[in-house]
Amino acid sequence: MASETRLPLDTDLPPDGERRRDFLYVATGAFAAVGAAAFVWPMINQMNPSADVRAMASIDLDLASVEPGQAIKVSWRGKPVFARQLTPAEIQQANAVNVSTLRDPQTLAERTKPGSEKWLITLGVCTHLGCVPLGAGQGEVRGDFGGYFCPCHGSHYDTAARIRKGPAPKNLEVPQYAFKTPTSVTIG
Amino acid sequence: MSFPWAKHYQPTSDLGKYMDSRLPLPRFVHGALGAGYPTPKNLNYFYNFGVLAGVALVVQIITGIILGMHYAANTTVAFDSVEHIMRDVSGGWMFRYMHAVGASFFFAVVYIHIFRGLYYGSFKPPREVLWMLGLVIFLLMMATAFMGYVLVWGQMSFWGAAVITGLFSALPIVGEAIQTWLLGGFAPDNATLNRFFSLHYLLPFVIFGVIILHIWALHIPGSNNPTGVDVKGPQDTVPFHPYYTAKDFFGLGVYLTIFAAVVFFAPNVLGEADNYIPANPLSTPAHIVPEWYFWPFYAILRAFTTDLFFIPAKLLGVLAMFAAILLLFFLPWLDTSPVRSNSYRPLNRILFWVFVAVCLVLGVCGGKPAEEPWVRLSQIFTAYYFAHFLIITPLVSRFEKTLPLPNSISEAVLAKYGKPSPAATAAGVGAAAPQPAE
Repeated sequence: MASETRLPLDTDLPPDGERRRDFLYVATGAFAAVGAAAFVWPMINQMNPSADVRAMASIDLDLASVEPGQAIKVSWRGKPVFARQLTPAEIQQANAVNVSTLRDPQTLAERTKPGSEKWLITLGVCTHLGCVPLGAGQGEVRGDFGGYFCPCHGSHYDTAARIRKGPAPKNLEVPQYAFKTPTSVTIG
Repeated sequence: MSFPWAKHYQPTSDLGKYMDSRLPLPRFVHGALGAGYPTPKNLNYFYNFGVLAGVALVVQIITGIILGMHYAANTTVAFDSVEHIMRDVSGGWMFRYMHAVGASFFFAVVYIHIFRGLYYGSFKPPREVLWMLGLVIFLLMMATAFMGYVLVWGQMSFWGAAVITGLFSALPIVGEAIQTWLLGGFAPDNATLNRFFSLHYLLPFVIFGVIILHIWALHIPGSNNPTGVDVKGPQDTVPFHPYYTAKDFFGLGVYLTIFAAVVFFAPNVLGEADNYIPANPLSTPAHIVPEWYFWPFYAILRAFTTDLFFIPAKLLGVLAMFAAILLLFFLPWLDTSPVRSNSYRPLNRILFWVFVAVCLVLGVCGGKPAEEPWVRLSQIFTAYYFAHFLIITPLVSRFEKTLPLPNSISEAVLAKYGKPSPAATAAGVGAAAPQPAE
């Protein structure tokens, strides 16, 4: 039978099973995926903190009027900050704890600045789900360990604001701060 | 769905014939809700709750769009704009209360709808996809209701937003980044409120779309019924219209009467008084609880108070709370009993009511402060909740001795009234093969 010449069909496969067209398919699909990702990322990213939220200033705090045993609450970056002047009894109580038994082991000295150990400055944000613990205001419940008590899910913090009981995983966070004078501090 | 005996659509008017050959919308409605949809004739009043849920969604969408015309999603004015709706907008107090009470009623009917499905085995083959779409709707409802509650920007709104977005921060490594992304900042603030308004507007329409799939998935096998026995012939069904349209409208009348009574005479009975205090980012209310329809899941979240191996208690609680719902997706494969309805499952029927009681106790625990004895009770009943699905249900469905099933729906109906079973049962008709919807 005489051999017929015909144009190769799209369904004809070369011996190795790959056609030049397959490469084009993969390349086209890959470009489509990259394009889709480049389109999706800005749609996700627009929900991240905007420039005005990211431009967070530091604040200065005057502690001169805070008596021993008292605490003040200030707003910083949309969150409360507790600044407490510990009494000698509270410092003693915090130092008497065997640190290795704690859920989040830290000494009081690690949570304060050298020379200003009586000033306990922490975020007033429970490390469980973010409520403001009670204990900074006058006459508020201070929990089983004399520090703070979170009413949302019952976390108890001690006089160094370390987690002692309840579902919270960490101690109250200590923000970055520095003393300018013995009674004036810059947070942030 | 159409059984072979379904009454086909016949356009009578010239306009009807003209439209039917171009856009057969009346034919579609006739087959979905009209006389062209044969329905088991023994459905009881628990089968009204699907329609009630649909109506509840429509009430939320209409009142929601109205409220959106007067509400301002900005932290400086949000709370005041809600008071402006209450005091100054004509009938604004009514729309606000209808929307707020409407959310509670939506959840109430959906919970009854879900437990109806659990009791009569409506999640079992061939209705698994129908069941799972329903759970998707439930999850979307919870997300929507949460964001709606935040819009008021009262104390509960603010702290609810802090806690619920805080759930995501429990995830290892990516958790904090996800929470910041959701909030658009480092604490709930204007960015949060603004986006929640946008999403609270969007999600009800997504729910609406999934409901269409839910009804579509229902109409392929057709409705389940209290016997759990498949439809075998024309004597087992009646056309949806006028029989069930009438019954649904009656149920709707009762529902709307109760709804109106609560809206007009006790609109705040289901809400939290603290949400009438404007949001204060520096102080959490002493007794913060979510809305009642989240209480059982909140109790499960709070039941985990100690770390397990390397998993912190916080993450455990979050995982358990989500698992409590996700587990329901697997129910069709956990309950392997071939008998659908609990009417013929004497042991499982008792365990069903025990489970209902457990959910109610969890609900009560979730509404109480995180103190003893509520924490201990939450732990015990959370353990039972998971045991019910993972241990009890698979075992019971394997070993239970079930009661004899009626031969057909119509036989069960007639037996109830002491009449002999008709000889015509399934004679010559045989098991009707469900056909795809048009």
